[in-house]
Amino acid sequence: MNLVVEILVTLLLVLGGGFALVGSWGLTRLPSLMTRLHGPTKATTLGVGSCLIASAVYLPWATGSFTAHEFLITLFLFITAPVSAHMIAKAHIHRQGWRLDPNPADNVVEGLPPTGGSTGWATFWCPPGRRWMGSSLVEGDCVEPPGGSGASGEGVERE
Amino acid sequence: MIGAALYFAFACVSLSILLNVYRLLSGPGRGDRVLALDTMVINSIALIILFGIGNETTLYFEIALLLAMVGFVSTVAYCKFILRGDIVE
Repeated sequence: MNLVVEILVTLLLVLGGGFALVGSWGLTRLPSLMTRLHGPTKATTLGVGSCLIASAVYLPWATGSFTAHEFLITLFLFITAPVSAHMIAKAHIHRQGWRLDPNPADNVVEGLPPTGGSTGWATFWCPPGRRWMGSSLVEGDCVEPPGGSGASGEGVERE
Repeated sequence: MIGAALYFAFACVSLSILLNVYRLLSGPGRGDRVLALDTMVINSIALIILFGIGNETTLYFEIALLLAMVGFVSTVAYCKFILRGDIVE
């Protein structure tokens, strides 16, 4: 039993440390922000999750008392990591404008692809006949970014 | 065996935090810096958990939980500020 717990905790610790390192290495090495988002949101979260599971296996065996804190932290991290990644990506799209630059080294800049629906990209799109005034929609002509709003259909109906 | 794995994990997470500091200082955009800070918080949680395993105490879990919450809220606040120029509209 002791050997099984030791091997399990050792494997989880090595796995956790390795994944955390891979995630941060990706954050350092990848070329643009949209690719850099992949490392921390997936690999690092998995690494921290492995460390927490190692702690959840090891501490009840070593101290004899069980707590659910590890699972609480794991659950919280796994819920919040996609939300914060989405917020960072949205802020980045809004700031970079109507350009998509996956790799700054090769000088290829393209527009955002069409969304495939009746509405455009969320941070750029405004309904026909309306425009953004601060954070609220007012009457007026929509000022679209160069290249259109990304909606695929022409003549979008507004209820 | 667990001690050696613990040292390995400590070294990996510490190196990760150093890489995040590099990205935080050199990141070309504001989004890169926010992402680097978010990753640093997650790596700090891992470091605290490993410290708890090393000392065989459950005392540090509250700190890790609080750090996770504060890190998430600060990331969302930074992104809201970049996006809208205001946090609470």
